[in-house]
Amino acid sequence: MDLWFTEKHTDNVKLSIKVDRQVYSAQSEFQRIDIFDSLEFGRFLTLDGYMMLTEKDEFIYHEMIVHVPMAILPQVNKVLVIGGGDGGAVRELVRYPEIQQIDLVEIDAQVIEACKKYLPQTAAKLDDPRVTIHEADGLKFVRSKKDEYDLIIVDSTDPFGPGEGLFTKEFYGNCFKALTETGAMVNQHESPFYPVDAIAMQRAHKRIVDSFPISRVYQAHIPTYPSGHWLFGFASKHYHPLQDFDAQKWKARNLKTRYYNDKIHVGAFALPNYVKLLLEEME
Amino acid sequence: MNLSQERAPVLEALNRYKAMRVVPFDVPGHKRGKGNRELTDFLGEKCLTVDVNSMKPLDNLCHPVSVIKEAEELAAEAFGAKHAFFMVNGTTSAVQSMVMSACKRGEKIIMPRNVHRSAINALILSGAIPIYVNPGVNHELGISLGMSVADVKQAILENPDAKAVLINNPTYYGICSNLKAITELAHQHNMLVLVDEAHGTHFYFGEGLPASAMSVGADMAAVSMHKSGGSLTQSSLLLVNGLSEGYVRQIINLTQTTSGSYLLISSLDISRRNLALRGRAIFEKVAQMAEYARAEINQIGGYYAYGRELINGDSIYDFDRTKLSVLTRDIGLAGIEVYDILRDEYDIQIEFGDIGNILAYLSIGDRIMDLERLVSALSEIKRRYAKDRTGMLSQEYIRPEVILAPQEAFYAASESTRLEDSLGRICGEFVMCYPPGIPILAPGEKVTAKVLEYIQYAKEKGCFLTGTQDSHVNAIQTVKE
Ligand SMILES: Cc1ncc(COP(=O)(O)O)c(C=O)c1O
Repeated sequence: MDLWFTEKHTDNVKLSIKVDRQVYSAQSEFQRIDIFDSLEFGRFLTLDGYMMLTEKDEFIYHEMIVHVPMAILPQVNKVLVIGGGDGGAVRELVRYPEIQQIDLVEIDAQVIEACKKYLPQTAAKLDDPRVTIHEADGLKFVRSKKDEYDLIIVDSTDPFGPGEGLFTKEFYGNCFKALTETGAMVNQHESPFYPVDAIAMQRAHKRIVDSFPISRVYQAHIPTYPSGHWLFGFASKHYHPLQDFDAQKWKARNLKTRYYNDKIHVGAFALPNYVKLLLEEME
Repeated sequence: MNLSQERAPVLEALNRYKAMRVVPFDVPGHKRGKGNRELTDFLGEKCLTVDVNSMKPLDNLCHPVSVIKEAEELAAEAFGAKHAFFMVNGTTSAVQSMVMSACKRGEKIIMPRNVHRSAINALILSGAIPIYVNPGVNHELGISLGMSVADVKQAILENPDAKAVLINNPTYYGICSNLKAITELAHQHNMLVLVDEAHGTHFYFGEGLPASAMSVGADMAAVSMHKSGGSLTQSSLLLVNGLSEGYVRQIINLTQTTSGSYLLISSLDISRRNLALRGRAIFEKVAQMAEYARAEINQIGGYYAYGRELINGDSIYDFDRTKLSVLTRDIGLAGIEVYDILRDEYDIQIEFGDIGNILAYLSIGDRIMDLERLVSALSEIKRRYAKDRTGMLSQEYIRPEVILAPQEAFYAASESTRLEDSLGRICGEFVMCYPPGIPILAPGEKVTAKVLEYIQYAKEKGCFLTGTQDSHVNAIQTVKE
């Protein structure tokens, strides 16, 4: 049998992964959810046909979206995760004992259920007592919050479909308001490589720059995302991602990670010239 | 004939016609799009293959005898009218046809002054004389309301020779007069009742919505299917109860094109079917979205998204709960400023902003997630831009001083006069903000200090002023003295 999952990365480029079997498929109120088993990437989750995570490479994304801000901010007690129903970001967050409260806001409860059942690798820590799950629209949830969170992680899907609202200026502005005076926001920032993604990336950057005094972009290599070259945004009211990065303190925690380390932290903020140009155009 | 509302005669005829693969040696010259590649690429081949001319299998809008006739009959049935005309030149032409069917030159028509320009245009065309009833005003919101029954009664008693009463149902902001009482009153005095329902299509298909013109026995109604009804821009309906169909058609044909667009005609047919079959569920959903947005916006504080609590039994006899109008003045911003910020900074386009309010138009095409964006953006605008509200002009109803009939003033010898020199002169043209397109000055009205102050303020705040020969609205035409 020759069964393949294919995602179009552009009109002219496709990525195909050989599928061993389909594990789950459902149409929720918001999107189509599928989970497959593959030989190369293990189990993987797609939403509306777009790759969200694979067991093989999800550690890169989740480590980079969590450990980078956690190594910069000196004291994080309360965290808001928007999106991220797969639980990967939460899994990394619960490793920090000083975090007292994690609010996870996911619009699609069915994603959480499916991941709890079929993707324990990422979802296992969603039951941690510090975690509260809110089934809500992220944009609506942050609207009423003020001066509340030390860190907001925007683990969104792409800027079309249910994740649309999480790439808007009103959303970033609402996040600014929801953060404490020294808080910071990290977001999934799309890719600089293919033009369509690059435009979305530039738009997001422009809106974040307009909303936050400090805004820096960092990168990681994620094999199953379009072009493999992926960006994250670090937007902050007070702390600078490199000047306030305390490598010794982070190393002293002795957290075992597979991708992130103190040298990667610094290196990830060093961007290729073409990416710097795309970002500067927006600043 | 007894076709069911599931049918769509024009749509069916166009599909049959396409299947016949007729060779066109008639207009339009683009020949099903083959003669204009760029246009076809842009609009799509499907669209251009039905951009066709009137012909026997497809009937003729100016004199319908087959499929358009059937489609109009279905529309009449769906809206509870004796007859429905498909209109392809906007609700403007429907309003004008109503007025011109009811009044000849020199005859009087009673109307509120906060009508759309199309109604006053009709007076210029027909030579009818307006008897204005001052609409009520809500001073907090700064908006004109409906007409009170007592005011209409007074106008009727003072002008027993008037031929008709024209009523907005509802106003742009969703406010309704007591349509039933006014209709009965006018009929007692042998006057026709003409209703501008540009914003009231959904009244015919919803639960818990204000009364529609046909349901209270009004004689004619102009219904913007292209607004809440979902048809293509420029398509509209003229509903008739009390007048002769043949006479009204002659009036329509005075100004209507002889090349009615089948894109527009079929969109009316398809939208009528959709409304008849699914309208109730559709507008219930829209009303719920509007109620939700109202509650969320009112939670932000500083904004007032108003609703049915405004109802006062007279000048606000009813309120259309699918409307989302918001008073912004208390955060120190004019509605037009919020309107501009929403578009320029948040990529959100709303229907309009005036001096004190914004109006977001909701329809079946909206999603709750988009409403979340609107509400969040309003919350952000308050956080980032709110300022003290002192010095803000409240929008007042300015009582017009009518010196000449609109037609007389429009055709009188006039001269271009700088605004600052125009005080006390008689205006020869329109001045209005668009939208909403309600004239600040109409031909024949005196230019007063209040009007000039209002125009100046609207300009400063960035309202889009139109109507004058001078495109910058620095000068207006005034009647030569
Ligand atoms: C109250 C009212 N009447 C009539 C019209 C004219 O409609 P149309 O633009 O379809 O000609 C409008 C349009 O905005 C309107 O608001």
